[in-house]
Amino acid sequence: MKPAQVLSQFQAAGLETCFHGRHIDPQIYADLDGSNWGIDAYIQRGGYQAVRTMLGADGSAALTPDQVIATVKESGLRGRGGAGFPTGLKWSFMPRQFPGQKYLVCNSDEGEPGTCKDRDILMYNPHSVIEGMIIGAYAMGISVGYNYIHGEIFKAYERFEVALEEARRAGYLGSKLLGSDFSFELYAHHGFGAYICGEETALLESLEGKKGQPRFKPPFPASFGLYGKPTTINNTETFAAVPWIIRNGGAAYLACGKPNNGGTKIYSVSGDVELPGNYEVPMGTPFPKLLELAGGVRKGRKLKAVIPGGSSSPVLPASIMMECTLDYDSISKAGSMLGSGAVIVMDDSRCMVESLKRLSYFYMHESCGQCTPCREGTGWLWRLVDRIHRGEGRWADMDVLDDVAANIMGRTICALGDAAAMPVRAMLKHFRHEFEAMIPKTNPRTSASA
Amino acid sequence: MISETTLARFEREVAKYPAEQRQSAVMACMAIVQQEQGFISEESEAELAAYLGMPQIAVHEVTTFYNMYNQAPVGKYKLNVCTNLPCLLRDGGKALEYLEKKLGIPMGGTTSDGMFTLQQCECLGACADAPVILVNDRSMCSFMSDDKLDQLVDSLRSAEGQA
Ligand SMILES: NC(=O)C1=CN([C@@H]2O[C@H](COP(=O)(O)OP(=O)(O)OC[C@H]3O[C@@H](n4cnc5c(N)ncnc54)[C@H](O)[C@@H]3O)[C@@H](O)[C@H]2O)C=CC1
Ligand SMILES: Cc1cc2nc3c(=O)[nH]c(=O)nc-3n(C[C@H](O)[C@H](O)[C@H](O)COP(=O)(O)O)c2cc1C
Ligand code: SF4
Ligand code: FES
Repeated sequence: MKPAQVLSQFQAAGLETCFHGRHIDPQIYADLDGSNWGIDAYIQRGGYQAVRTMLGADGSAALTPDQVIATVKESGLRGRGGAGFPTGLKWSFMPRQFPGQKYLVCNSDEGEPGTCKDRDILMYNPHSVIEGMIIGAYAMGISVGYNYIHGEIFKAYERFEVALEEARRAGYLGSKLLGSDFSFELYAHHGFGAYICGEETALLESLEGKKGQPRFKPPFPASFGLYGKPTTINNTETFAAVPWIIRNGGAAYLACGKPNNGGTKIYSVSGDVELPGNYEVPMGTPFPKLLELAGGVRKGRKLKAVIPGGSSSPVLPASIMMECTLDYDSISKAGSMLGSGAVIVMDDSRCMVESLKRLSYFYMHESCGQCTPCREGTGWLWRLVDRIHRGEGRWADMDVLDDVAANIMGRTICALGDAAAMPVRAMLKHFRHEFEAMIPKTNPRTSASA
Repeated sequence: MISETTLARFEREVAKYPAEQRQSAVMACMAIVQQEQGFISEESEAELAAYLGMPQIAVHEVTTFYNMYNQAPVGKYKLNVCTNLPCLLRDGGKALEYLEKKLGIPMGGTTSDGMFTLQQCECLGACADAPVILVNDRSMCSFMSDDKLDQLVDSLRSAEGQA
């Protein structure tokens, strides 16, 4: 066997994570089997119909850009990259009559620990992203787009390039699409291992061929984006949701979620469950239902805690999580965030100090270093948690941890600082006793020195 | 010297960006260099800088900022094991330990025959497939139980004629 053949044997086929048939009313993952990612199969599933309708390619009147944006607004679609910003509203911020080039960017830099949903979209339904981007580009009057793809999932980058070529050949990309006046060209760009490049302004710097250090916001990318031009950035799943909305209408999309939280959402379930994988379910689905789809807690153990929205979101104890429904509002009321939809499940055998130690190491490692509170603070947090985990902690360490975290929050250029701080504070809030239990009993309780 | 075939691959990347923004292609070009030469040498940085019309130090900044660029030669197969929390919960850490034992090298090391370099890494974006290992930046290996780790290492060794 050749080395390449050896390696291909270990490539995931999507069976466990995507084609398990345990989605509920899926839209993006509907009817996928791993072999039908190409353009012909996509068209057979109703693909590119939304673009045809939008451009009036089949005889009916074309939609106006305003109509498209109004439909997306009506749908209640909120950004799937983590912040949940209303997509229609973001699209309406783009200057209409701008004389120069404007850009559309897809954020496929999925690096939030726990998240692997965009990978399965790009691998098994890449044309849904292309079609969503064409629709967005038309609505905002944009003629050039880029999809920035996580360098680690190189196969997805290669596949996306093939899909782009298919779309070009079929006349869905290029100049004067389907006989209209609208032209759109789309390219793939890959990252190469930097979590921070998922942050939208760091991503833009990276697209410009620089190191990925975030910019101050405002100005938001809509006014100063790629090469300084007006730019809109959305997550892969956000774009993939758009064709369905145009095909079926905004109201239908809203109706399958819950008010203010339209549509379906893909959750990447990882950790202590029997069947880890991606699950697409309507917004507002109760968490216990998702846990059941994922086969329940592994080996029949008890649920201890869940990190509901990727490693940056605050941990929730089982009792609170079991009462939540999966949508932006419910999780945020419970004190955490829906984030990227990465549900990390932990059973009752897990040590929270060890878990936090690994997460703190990650944020220290990935800090881009330009803000002092983040650069110094993330290292400090890790050293403190590591010291406690090694059994050398002091009684004051918990307070110092909380204090350092509090002093990072809100004082940095991008949200990575907050992302490093929030898990610390939540762990201490809910599981302080586990940290205390690791402090040697011989250490004086009153010592205030760190 | 950049070869004709490499140049053709570079051109494809540069064509994606506006003519005055050639620098945007730096990441893709460096990934190509790494695939062909195994790492990014100072000489490659200089050649790329000249080719893309950017300062050499700006190329070097990119090499050092992104985790996946090799700043020095590595083994023929670079194995990156994800040990971030979601993977840790599903034996990502054990996979790393298993490979350390099997290859007889600590994390970060290279086997004496130059075949394998072993590294820990951050989330690869394949968390539900844990344990996951990225081989030579481009091949993701999923669900890597100890059995499969044996298979991977042994098959690569025999494919290279060193069984
Ligand atoms: N998917 C993933 O892998 C990861 C996701 N995240 C998520 O990212 C989130 C934070 O992202 P940020 O971009 O910092 O959030 P943000 O709230 O600053 O922005 C969200 C989006 O809305 C736009 N926006 C917000 N306010 C605006 C305004 N007034 N005018 C125009 N546009 C506006 C921004 O440009 C951006 O596109 C976190 O909640 C986290 O869950 C974090 C890490 C990884
Ligand atoms: C540290 C950090 C990393 C991020 N990583 C990603 C990412 O990998 N993918 C993503 O879509 N958004 C990521 N985001 C959020 C983006 O900045 C941005 O909000 C998002 O791409 C907007 O798209 P949406 O409105 O469709 O969600 C990240 C934010 C931060 C602060
Ligand atoms: S908060 Fe951290 S990652 Fe974000 S810009 Fe500042 S130093 Fe960089
Ligand atoms: S945490 Fe290991 S691949 Fe995401």
